[in-house]
Amino acid sequence: MTAAPERVVLGFAGMPGAVICVRGCLFAPREERKLSKLTKSMAGVALLASTALAAPAFAEEITVATVNNADMIVMQKLAPEWEEATGNTINWVVLEENVLRQRTTQDISTKGGSFDIIFIGAYEAPIWGANGWLTPLNDFGDDADYDLNDIFELVRNGLSDKDGNLYAVPLYSETSFTFYRADLFEAAGVEAPTEQITYTDFADLVSKVHDPDNGVFGTCQRGKAGWGENMAFVGPMVNAFGGRWFDMDWQPQIDSPEWNAAITYYVDLMNNYGPPGATANGHNENRALFADGKCATWVDATSAANYIKNPANSKVAEVTDFFQAPKQETSNGTGWFWSWALAIPATSQKIDVAKDFLKWGTSKEYFQKVGETEGWVAVPSGTRQSIHEDPRLLEAAPFAETIKNAIFSVDPANPTRDPVPYTGVQFVAIPEFQGIGNYVGQQISAALAGQSTVEEALANSQQFAVREMTKAGYIK
Amino acid sequence: MATKASRAAARMMISPSVILLLGWMIIPLSLTIYFSFLRYNLITPTGNPFVGWENYYWFVTDPSFKAAMINTLLLVGGILLITTIGGVIFALLLDLPMFGQGVIRIMVIAPFFVMPTVSALVWKNMFMNPVNGIFGRLATGMGFEPVDFFGQIPLLSIIFIVSWQWLPFATLILFTAMQSLDQEQLEAAEMDGASWRNRFWFIILPHLARAITVVILIETIFLLSIFAEILVTTNGGPGTATTNLTYLIYVSSLLQFDVGMGSAGGVIAIILANIVAIFLMRMIGKNLDA
Amino acid sequence: MARAVSNGIKLRNTAIVGTLGFLMFFPILWILILSFKTEEDAIRAPLEVLFSSGWTLESFTTVQERSDYFKHFTNSVVIAVGSTFFGILIAVPAAWAMAFVPAKHTKNVLMWMLSTKMLPPVGVLVPIYLIFRDLGLLDTRIGLVIVLMLMNLPIIIWMLYTYFTEIPGEILEAARMDGANLREEVLYVLTPMAIPGMASTVLLNIILAWNEAFWTLNLTAANAAPLTQFIASYSSPEGLFYAKLSAASIMAIAPILIMGWFSQKQLVRGLTFGAVK
Repeated sequence: MTAAPERVVLGFAGMPGAVICVRGCLFAPREERKLSKLTKSMAGVALLASTALAAPAFAEEITVATVNNADMIVMQKLAPEWEEATGNTINWVVLEENVLRQRTTQDISTKGGSFDIIFIGAYEAPIWGANGWLTPLNDFGDDADYDLNDIFELVRNGLSDKDGNLYAVPLYSETSFTFYRADLFEAAGVEAPTEQITYTDFADLVSKVHDPDNGVFGTCQRGKAGWGENMAFVGPMVNAFGGRWFDMDWQPQIDSPEWNAAITYYVDLMNNYGPPGATANGHNENRALFADGKCATWVDATSAANYIKNPANSKVAEVTDFFQAPKQETSNGTGWFWSWALAIPATSQKIDVAKDFLKWGTSKEYFQKVGETEGWVAVPSGTRQSIHEDPRLLEAAPFAETIKNAIFSVDPANPTRDPVPYTGVQFVAIPEFQGIGNYVGQQISAALAGQSTVEEALANSQQFAVREMTKAGYIK
Repeated sequence: MATKASRAAARMMISPSVILLLGWMIIPLSLTIYFSFLRYNLITPTGNPFVGWENYYWFVTDPSFKAAMINTLLLVGGILLITTIGGVIFALLLDLPMFGQGVIRIMVIAPFFVMPTVSALVWKNMFMNPVNGIFGRLATGMGFEPVDFFGQIPLLSIIFIVSWQWLPFATLILFTAMQSLDQEQLEAAEMDGASWRNRFWFIILPHLARAITVVILIETIFLLSIFAEILVTTNGGPGTATTNLTYLIYVSSLLQFDVGMGSAGGVIAIILANIVAIFLMRMIGKNLDA
Repeated sequence: MARAVSNGIKLRNTAIVGTLGFLMFFPILWILILSFKTEEDAIRAPLEVLFSSGWTLESFTTVQERSDYFKHFTNSVVIAVGSTFFGILIAVPAAWAMAFVPAKHTKNVLMWMLSTKMLPPVGVLVPIYLIFRDLGLLDTRIGLVIVLMLMNLPIIIWMLYTYFTEIPGEILEAARMDGANLREEVLYVLTPMAIPGMASTVLLNIILAWNEAFWTLNLTAANAAPLTQFIASYSSPEGLFYAKLSAASIMAIAPILIMGWFSQKQLVRGLTFGAVK
């Protein structure tokens, strides 16, 4: 970066925010535009002057790849503050989840080096870290201000490899629980459960609040194919019914009676009480439907609670409440575990700047900033102890405590009734899982759409899984 | 007529294109063929041993392979059928005397300018969504059960969307061809008492033959690799109902990150495309001489 | 057209064809309308959207706040125009030579060129990605210009070839008799005659390059990303999103749509003159 413009910002009273280009101010307008906004208030000017003078002499430009989830969009909105404070700039690449995953995997595995920071999940972090594709973030522990130990241990472990090297820092973590409409339950005379109920009871409950003539469907669940979409719901449900992906010899178990019972239940439930077009609905689609008041129940990510309980986005903020995700044969692995986290590809040339942004974006101050600007109800959950103890959060979002407890109840190392050789609740932490999970997801969505029977779908899935595991050398 | 010198000059003039296209074809193609014989998975970097025909075996025995072949044919065939027939009809209609022909023509042609991703997103959400889409609302308003387009008739829905994009192209080409139709000949035939059907069959259609081949050629080139519309609307599903060959290769190499198998699929697709190409070339080659 | 047609028939034709045309155009019109609505209004029943809701620019501002439209727009323009420009530059001599100095294999060469278009892009993505990485072309506009130029080169050559073959050889020969050399022949005789054809080739290729969504998505990250990526971030909803999606869509397609409308006369004239006559 030899041609990077050096800029000194002077903020004397009466001479607000004049920008003096010492050298090569070719690309200044963007910063200037930002500056002009701030010059409106003298306080802003003073702040700007102090931070800009403290900034490194050479401004860097980093590229961040992110998904278009609500919390990431908030981060994008707040990021100019970091840019102003450090003088660096961010290029955002915002993509839909599936596309993002494909793009980042393709880039990082070929060492393309297109991104300096990427959003990844609890599935990728350990695998990619072990492959040497990510920059270890162990030194974050040395930063007292950052206070790494304030981040929940369960979450940190999920983003570390077996040797305890940390590869990503979380923006938020989630498990799954049931969203329900207290008003509809009351109107139908249904008591909301306080203990973990079974899926059978759940179906019974759903049947009572199903009212399509008034535009309310008994339940909305994910139907869009993908290991991170419908399988995120189906996986824990299969766990509940006593099923598992593999036995201890890595033999796929998808044609087992447990899977059959679970998928049959799922297809019936959705056909009887689900919205039309469910095969197109993923997390985002269902969230929109629920927020629009079209669903009475919804088992999905706790992280969506911020959105649903926020009157700015949701018609049902006041009348939504939660209970645990149902069990059936077992209560093991009935709620999934996931975090969205920031990581730095090993190929990044700007690791220091990237680390600085990571610290900023997952710091205590960041979460407080979100609380102050977006409202405490919108603060990403499941990351920091101190934030979850913050009285402002507890007041604005009493459900945060429920979420925290739900997350702590997950045990990814012990996800099923029968013993398994893998960890992960809604996923199996092996590289081959993506392919298998996607395929099985497709087959189940075909069964849901009525394009094939549950038996056919599971037989195809089993065949595919056996094939993939053979190909990868797990089984002969 | 051409002299030796001009032949040499001609060769020089063609060579940049030939060299570039040769490079564009051979370099990636040879890499693809090379990869197709390796065990090469992006997410399990464990060296890339040579595995012979294994990848081809896995790709061809992939449960989705047969479906993908059939879907590819249905997609290309269905869209060609709709757009050429629809295009002929539109071309004839647009040729009728009317007011504001320019404006109407613009409206008909407009979808061709729309990005495939945009058009797929718009149809999927604003029209075919069974709850909030216009079709769904119309159906509910008239007391019918709304159709779940991508659940119940996924392939047909995609054919419909892509046809909407390509119908204007066919119309444009066929309409311009109509312009050069000899009106006097048509009128003479009318005087002689030829029925409308006969006039269409023996004068108009033969005149359009060459334009139709052009439409088929160009559309086939693009339709064989339909991708964005599938990715945006159905992700190849439900099941494998809308997985075409291109999408299957995408799944192998970019969702399972099995580059070896994806490459094997790529090689197969290239061979198939070339078979189609030879067919088409024969057809169009004859017409080009005309 | 010597036939006199009564206004009645004309009116009837206008009604029929106009309705069909309107139906073809309706989806575009609809997103144009939705883009000026609030999110809450955009998912209401169609008639309510039309007659009982206000108009607002808020979706456009939101979209612009989230992703810098002008950066993507500039990239799209550079990539579409650049690839077309270089494509024409390389294709004109080739098409000229094939049309006027045909050799035994000319037709085969042409057919071979077209057949390269049939390579499925997904099949060669990883090799290209690796090559681009090594050449430092990932996420650069130059890289995309090269790829899209090569993608569309066969079509350009083929279209130009068909136009050129329509130009009577006698004219060229006459020019040659008058002592014109090759350069002058191309410049003063051929070019003016070929301009309508060239124009429609250029237009068609700009459209194709503008709308190309596979390479442009996979070979870019932030710096060179064109409008196709701009749209990609709206492909799944965050809450209510019809208005935002509509606004983003309109922003992405408007430039090419407007260009298309203004130039459709040229497009039609060019096509009539050449390939499909």
